Amino acid sequence: MGLELKILNVFKAYNGNPILRDCSFAFAQGCTYVLQGPNGSGKSTLLRALALLEQPDSGRVEYRDGGQILAADLELRRRITLVLPRTGIFNTTVFKNVAYGLKIRGITRAEIEARANDALLAVGLGHKKWQRALELSSGETKRLGIARAMVINPEVFMLDEPTANIDPANTAIIEGIILKLKQKRQATILMITHDPAQAQRLGDDLLFMQDGKIIPA
Amino acid sequence: MQSILEGFAAAFRLIVTLNPELWRIILLSLEVSGTALMLATIFGLPVGACLAMRRVPLRGLVISLLNTGMGLPPVAAGLFLYLFLSRSGPLGFMGLLYTPTAMIIAQCLLAFPIVASLSQAAIANVDPVIRQAAITLGATPIQESLAVVKEARYSIMAGVMAGLGRVMAEVGAIIIVGGNIAGYTRVMTTTIALETDKGNFELAIALGIILLTISFSITVGLRFFQRLGRTGTSAN
Ligand SMILES: Nc1ncnc2c1ncn2[C@@H]1O[C@H](COP(=O)(O)OP(=O)(O)OP(=O)(O)O)[C@@H](O)[C@H]1O
Ligand SMILES: [Mg+2]
Repeated sequence: MGLELKILNVFKAYNGNPILRDCSFAFAQGCTYVLQGPNGSGKSTLLRALALLEQPDSGRVEYRDGGQILAADLELRRRITLVLPRTGIFNTTVFKNVAYGLKIRGITRAEIEARANDALLAVGLGHKKWQRALELSSGETKRLGIARAMVINPEVFMLDEPTANIDPANTAIIEGIILKLKQKRQATILMITHDPAQAQRLGDDLLFMQDGKIIPA
Repeated sequence: MQSILEGFAAAFRLIVTLNPELWRIILLSLEVSGTALMLATIFGLPVGACLAMRRVPLRGLVISLLNTGMGLPPVAAGLFLYLFLSRSGPLGFMGLLYTPTAMIIAQCLLAFPIVASLSQAAIANVDPVIRQAAITLGATPIQESLAVVKEARYSIMAGVMAGLGRVMAEVGAIIIVGGNIAGYTRVMTTTIALETDKGNFELAIALGIILLTISFSITVGLRFFQRLGRTGTSAN
């Protein structure tokens, strides 16, 4: 089964400027989508709507499980996640940042410890576990953001420009992490990039944002 | 000059010999100010948090009032509280005037606006991305607010330290409602005022030294918490 995601005729305007204009798309479960498009075309706006952070002015963001439409409640929100373009790292240790999503779900200490360690190893931050998270470099910060999100095993995993302003080596590391997630095929992955070559490397499906709509490449 | 030196020598003798009267006064000061600060934090932090994060009616006005309260002259606070607690006042039946409890209430009134106002500012200053990150990771509305307050914890502690600094140093309010009764409501600042007046400098100087040491520690604590705040690389 799994979580299926669809948007239907979504409109969103800011200060009277229409950004999303009758945007519709059905995302196939387990696929990896890479979204491209010019600055200001509404890519981040779309992801925020899909992550249920913001309500569209009209139209619907629809999550289904086994054909059943799900209410946009906490239970659903906990099955999806979005790694924000500015990560929003908490002022505490690297480990506690990764543990956060598990802690608020009431998961046991032992399981948190095990899963957080796995996630940190997966992004190559195992040795920085007890470091202050705010002292990480940009590349490490991006990886921490991904670890913090993947540890909760989301079924829809959205990433807003995970490699913006990151050097080639760190970009390769982050792409490797995303490729691994993709190979597991447990989550629908939806990411934004400005790098066409990266889109080719990672995406099953390449999408473009144009005139407030999603256009398949 | 000679008498000043003699005063200091006698003061040091009081300190190093752990003079019981000196210690009683110091302990009562810490007890009164500490309790007042604790109460001010218990009430002030939630008020500050609500003002920073919830839609509160007359929010701007309340914040302005709290900011005014930060500069409330202790003597004025003492006077108003006296009028309430005096035998003919509305709360006179409780018999609280000239007790440590009255002093705690007075200092709580002085510390509350500081703690509430500085907490409000600290929480309102938290980067909105923190709240969004908490939501994307599956936080309930309460967990989301807690994440924001937690992010402000060092600035909040700095605010609490500022409140402590104020109540430890004030004399105007507690002298009015406490009455400076020897062995019962006499604390460091009021004793210094009284003993200096009487020309008994030893005890006053000893307490002055201790008070300065405490103020210095509070300042160090304040700086410590300010520094633990959001500093790091610019990566976020
Ligand atoms: N909260 C907001 N308030 C006002 N305007 C906004 C807000 N969020 C987005 N916008 C506007 O909506 C438009 C689309 O923004 P969005 O961030 O979705 O673009 P984007 O495609 O992600 O661009 P980029 O490639 O630069 O990240 C922009 O013109 C932006 O100014
Ligand atoms: Mg964007």
